[in-house]
Amino acid sequence: MMGFVRNFPFFSIMLAMFSGPVCSVLPGKAARVLNAVVITVIIGLSAVLLGNLIVTRESFVFMMGHFPAPWGNEIRAGILEAGMALFFSIVMLLSVLGGIKKLYDEVNTGKHNLYYVLVGLMLSSLLALVYTNDLFTAYVFVEINTISACGLIMIRENGRTIEAAVRYMIMSLIGSGMILLGICILYDITGHLLMSNIKESVEGLVSAGHYPEPLLCTIALMSVGLAIKCALFPFHAWLPDAYGYSTVSSAAILSSLVSKGYIFLLIKIIYRVIGFEIYKNSGIIDVLFIFGLSGMIFGSVSAIRENDIRRMIAYSSVAQIGYIFMGIGMGTAFGMVAAIFHMLSHAATKSLLFISAIGLTDVSDGSRKFGPLTGSAYRNRMAGIAFAVGALSMVGVPLFSGFISKLLFAEAAVNLTVRMLPVLIVLGISTILNAIYFMKTVIRIYTPVEEDENFRREGYEKVHMRSVPLYSAVLGAFVILNVILGVMSDPIVELIRQGLDMFA
Amino acid sequence: MGANFFSNYAEVIAMALFATGFANLLLQKNLIKKIIGLNIMDSSIYLFLAVKGYITGRTVPIVVDGVTSVERYINPIPAGLVLTGIVVSVSVSALMLSLTIRLYRRYRTLNLDEISTRLKKEGL
Repeated sequence: MMGFVRNFPFFSIMLAMFSGPVCSVLPGKAARVLNAVVITVIIGLSAVLLGNLIVTRESFVFMMGHFPAPWGNEIRAGILEAGMALFFSIVMLLSVLGGIKKLYDEVNTGKHNLYYVLVGLMLSSLLALVYTNDLFTAYVFVEINTISACGLIMIRENGRTIEAAVRYMIMSLIGSGMILLGICILYDITGHLLMSNIKESVEGLVSAGHYPEPLLCTIALMSVGLAIKCALFPFHAWLPDAYGYSTVSSAAILSSLVSKGYIFLLIKIIYRVIGFEIYKNSGIIDVLFIFGLSGMIFGSVSAIRENDIRRMIAYSSVAQIGYIFMGIGMGTAFGMVAAIFHMLSHAATKSLLFISAIGLTDVSDGSRKFGPLTGSAYRNRMAGIAFAVGALSMVGVPLFSGFISKLLFAEAAVNLTVRMLPVLIVLGISTILNAIYFMKTVIRIYTPVEEDENFRREGYEKVHMRSVPLYSAVLGAFVILNVILGVMSDPIVELIRQGLDMFA
Repeated sequence: MGANFFSNYAEVIAMALFATGFANLLLQKNLIKKIIGLNIMDSSIYLFLAVKGYITGRTVPIVVDGVTSVERYINPIPAGLVLTGIVVSVSVSALMLSLTIRLYRRYRTLNLDEISTRLKKEGL
């Protein structure tokens, strides 16, 4: 049985990749069902794999093709990889289902099936980034991820989304160019492409004192390249348009999954390619730390100044990515655990916020400005509750996932020396800023308006839960996911810890 | 330092080209020039790989005269990486060009900043 389970990572990647083209030739409804079924199957496979790994407590390497390491290509799975794959596919399924009605309204009929091609391609590239043990394969899937993300942004085909897609592509291509150059320099000085082999040679190089500058260059190129791609603070210019104007499923997928895939790859590079100690001793980790801290402040400030609910949520992503990089930049195992937990928490919350926001704007005549949104939580109750849950979680109220990640960050900060004070101060400021813009929005949507005045107007009708069952169910599932992360955090944090131990 | 620059002139050229392409992709306003910049940037990496993959005096890694010593041949993998990279770069260039065509048909200009200002005026 164990032997067969080892095929599951490969199966998940291939299922996701080839379900897309099949969907494109099926009739509309069948494509929708097939896509949901395939993602559900992948969730099942990942769950079985995760269960198996928790029992055996041993990561494994799966040989792709017939050549053993150092020559062949490999997939590697441990607790962290399987857990991430499980989590990514759950969020992917919920994001697609939650935005499906909006997708059918906003996108030309002929393009509906193409969306499933992009979703399949996106999921397969995410899974490949999670599982691969080969650096060049990772690069190829980074590009596949970029291409499908671009498609997800521009599927709405209005001027705004195409422009956003172009800006996204430009920044992404700069990032992937830097990653590719970094990988090539690393290959040049180590002679390997498999992560485990590179790590061995890098350790040898560092202890012998060879090639210090090229090594620093490659660390810098890969880190900054990935930071650009996941919109870390000074490189976030493309983000608000891409998240703010694309169709809601795309915004949810981009904010909660695409950036997480790149961050996970960066964590893999830190642990499995360069080695944690060597990475820590290079100055790059300080750069990421400072960028992370500034992102936490400036992302929130931009969000406060925004008068458009979707763009506000998008800017909040910049702040949350800053939190994750702050955790990585702490340079301790505790910080890394907190960062990984925040990846989960942010993914579960941000997609919830995007999908519930669309329910609120739909009952406000499609306007995303705060004026018309007044009282919208009474017009669509489920969306209002879900948005409030998401907002409370982002602010860090106990019971929800955001609280646990802030707690973990603070706990990790206590063990630091020089960085303790900046982390705690910025954490405090950022929490207050988060509270300002999220609570402002929650109060706004829960401010009652004169019924007879507003409800007569077209576009402001009440929506009942029963009339949009799928949408409400998805929001319910997201809320449950959030509460699970918030209430049952101990076993999850323990799993992350074990997964990180398996990484090294 | 100076001697290294001369003996590794091809790598130096590759890095100069990378910087050129990078700056063009980032700073040009014209979308076509940006795409040209992208291609210069990617090609410079292939040049780097190709240069690094060749060792003077060695031959293609195909055994024809029974010599199996490693010292005789070069590593074929960099060439494989270049090919993979070219495929990736072709597909992203095609995607960028198709987006450019879409924008040009809509706004009759290739200047990205002008498109942005017009979008803001439209207030979409």
